[in-house]
Amino acid sequence: MNNLDQIFVYAKYWLLSQLPGGVQSLVSIVLDIIAIIAVFGTCFALTTILERKGLGRIQNRYGPNRVGPCGLLQPMADAIKMLTKEDIVPFAADKVVHYLAPLVLTVPIWLAFSVIPFGREMSAIDLDAGVLFFFAVGGASELAVFMAGWSSRNKYSLVGAMRAIAQMISYEVPLVLATIPVIMLSGSLNLNKIVEAQSGYAFGVAQWNVFTPWGFAGFFLFLIAATAESNRSPFDLPEGESEIIAGFLTEYSGFKYALFFLGEYLGLFAVTALSVTLFLGGWHAPLQVLEFLPSWFCFFVKFAAIIAVFIWVRGTVPRLRFDQLLNFSWRFLVPLTLVNLLVAVVWHFTSLGAGLDQSLRWLISAAMIVPAYVYFGRALSPNRPTRIYQYAE
Amino acid sequence: MTALAEPPVMHEAPPSGTIWRLAEDRSSFAGPTDDRAGGLPDHDLLEVALGPHHPSTHGVFRMDVVLDGEEVVRLKPVFGYLHRNHEKIAEKNSYLAAIPYTDRLDYICSMTNNWAYVMTVEKLTGFQPPERAEYIRVIVGELTRLFNHACLVGFLLQDMGALGTPLMYAFREREKILDLFESLSGARMMCNYMRFGGVRCDLPDGWIEEAKQVVAEFPRFLDEFEALLTGNEILLVRSQGIGVLSKELAVNAGVTGPMLRASGVGYDLRKVDKYSIYPRFNFRIPLGQHGDVFDRYMIRLLEMRESLSILKQALDTIPAGPIVDPKAKQRGLRPKAGEAYGRIEAPKGELGFYVVSDGSPNPYRFRIRPPSLINLTVLEDMCLGHTIADVVIILGSVDIVLGEVDR
Repeated sequence: MNNLDQIFVYAKYWLLSQLPGGVQSLVSIVLDIIAIIAVFGTCFALTTILERKGLGRIQNRYGPNRVGPCGLLQPMADAIKMLTKEDIVPFAADKVVHYLAPLVLTVPIWLAFSVIPFGREMSAIDLDAGVLFFFAVGGASELAVFMAGWSSRNKYSLVGAMRAIAQMISYEVPLVLATIPVIMLSGSLNLNKIVEAQSGYAFGVAQWNVFTPWGFAGFFLFLIAATAESNRSPFDLPEGESEIIAGFLTEYSGFKYALFFLGEYLGLFAVTALSVTLFLGGWHAPLQVLEFLPSWFCFFVKFAAIIAVFIWVRGTVPRLRFDQLLNFSWRFLVPLTLVNLLVAVVWHFTSLGAGLDQSLRWLISAAMIVPAYVYFGRALSPNRPTRIYQYAE
Repeated sequence: MTALAEPPVMHEAPPSGTIWRLAEDRSSFAGPTDDRAGGLPDHDLLEVALGPHHPSTHGVFRMDVVLDGEEVVRLKPVFGYLHRNHEKIAEKNSYLAAIPYTDRLDYICSMTNNWAYVMTVEKLTGFQPPERAEYIRVIVGELTRLFNHACLVGFLLQDMGALGTPLMYAFREREKILDLFESLSGARMMCNYMRFGGVRCDLPDGWIEEAKQVVAEFPRFLDEFEALLTGNEILLVRSQGIGVLSKELAVNAGVTGPMLRASGVGYDLRKVDKYSIYPRFNFRIPLGQHGDVFDRYMIRLLEMRESLSILKQALDTIPAGPIVDPKAKQRGLRPKAGEAYGRIEAPKGELGFYVVSDGSPNPYRFRIRPPSLINLTVLEDMCLGHTIADVVIILGSVDIVLGEVDR
């Protein structure tokens, strides 16, 4: 069991042991980088095909099934198509910025993966300010999107970029605020420590953050903000293809477009991986009886489940309008995350000494978050009477 | 011979010469037009040409939009990209040869286009379609209305950003009806099915049963669709109060069809003109109260249910008999000199054909009243003050087909 759990770690150390001592630390870093790129590159290819198949199933159609067995080689075909397409740069574009934008989006996103523990002893860097580092490198995507929109010299691109900036900044706030209770209660910005804090089992069930009132609320707030942060439907306004064609991507083609596509999916993966780490116990198994499963397996099952939810949501709901989108963030998500902070504080202090009954603690927490949810929800959408339609004979 | 007393007066070009300026002329009506009285803001505005190659203009249609941020301060619809000289071609061809051209007007609803045209020629010639032919016309006409409305709500939600799911659901139902049309006329979309004084061919064996099955299964689609979307919070906030078209403006601009009824005007040619055999069927006309995008969406859903009721009655009571008036002549038809205007309640509104005959084998004048075009004239009034995302769904709720707008 332990062997399977640590198989990648052992493999890495075995490889390093074959090398002279001088280069070991350097090769160790390179191996980490290669592993992350290989794993999430594969994830990207798999997700694109599974997303299209999943959406196809939601929509009563097959989805891609021509290339390879069950269409599984479709990503290869897509990649070849993207690479062989003409790379069109608009005549009036700011060519340097236009060229740099996809790189600025894609490169920092890889860094975000370096702090995430994918399994026991499996994080590339054990950084004490891991969460902070994650959000810092994630912030580069705003810049990239704006570079793309501005340099294209296209009105749709510009509108898309403006939307993207406003949206990303608005949703960065609830995203960060939703993580603060986790940081407060685990007492660390280090993602390994956060996972550590969620270890242990009560009555055979894992003690993840999501099984606490503040964690439960925080998880959903985090997921909603993450959806917007990664420009996924129903918050895909920067690209809103029925409105502004492709938003900031309008003037991109060929491999640059593919890079944007890659960057967006990597952003989605990064934020999903973070949500697994913060709220779903990271690599811990959900039940004590499932402890025998390798830690990395547990992590990726949770990861895949959340990605599936994103796909499901994408196939179901219409898109918000822009002012509604911002209202939703500032008038609903941000106040709720603040209330959730208070809930976390109450939860923390009722556990010290006071020795309150567990169900009473839940009740107090619910009494704080549910009225807030109802109140802010009502304020967001004014009372709308059900319309009754009359008939003329 | 007298010389001209004075040179002809050159009329001054009217200040509101272009179509889009009509909106300003109608500014006495309540509506977003009034907001413009204060003039345009002094900061920079963004002019964007939405279309003609834009994913949401439902074809080659262009809207020159002036944006203040994301808010629309001016909108100028530009059409004509799909102009095919339809009316002139029909004037140069025989009466019969115009029928396949009408298929291509509103290429989603070829059956109702055929119907409106042959009805006009029947008025001109006095042919009387037999009972069975009238039933068949009503059945295919209502089937057309069903899938037109299904597609419309699908496209509307696609414009709203529901990535294809509602549209694919609608298209699944449309396929079933198109299969019926294919077995009936040989073509899925370009049916070319109606003839003067009747229809081209009789129903194939078992068609009625198949149609009954499609009709019986259709409510399931509607229920599923409504369960998935009608109560959806996002759909409600996106569509309620958006693109309000007042009753007065709708009537004055000549808007017809579901758009007019969504504004609360109970006007349906099936009830008003009592054409064909519609008076025999029990059905109701749903009316909206607010005239916004949501009402237009709901009116379509409710109308589908009424169409289903008509279809059930018609399929149960269809008589046997001939399908063409024995007196009717198809080839080489030369109606007596005269004129006729025939109109029906097409899925998109009042579809009218005006045909003038001078006794020759081809019409002297052939004119179409396309509901899509006339419903589109109020676009600016509905869009001003809303954002660019709303413009797209307001256009979607108008239900246009560019083949009909540009002809």
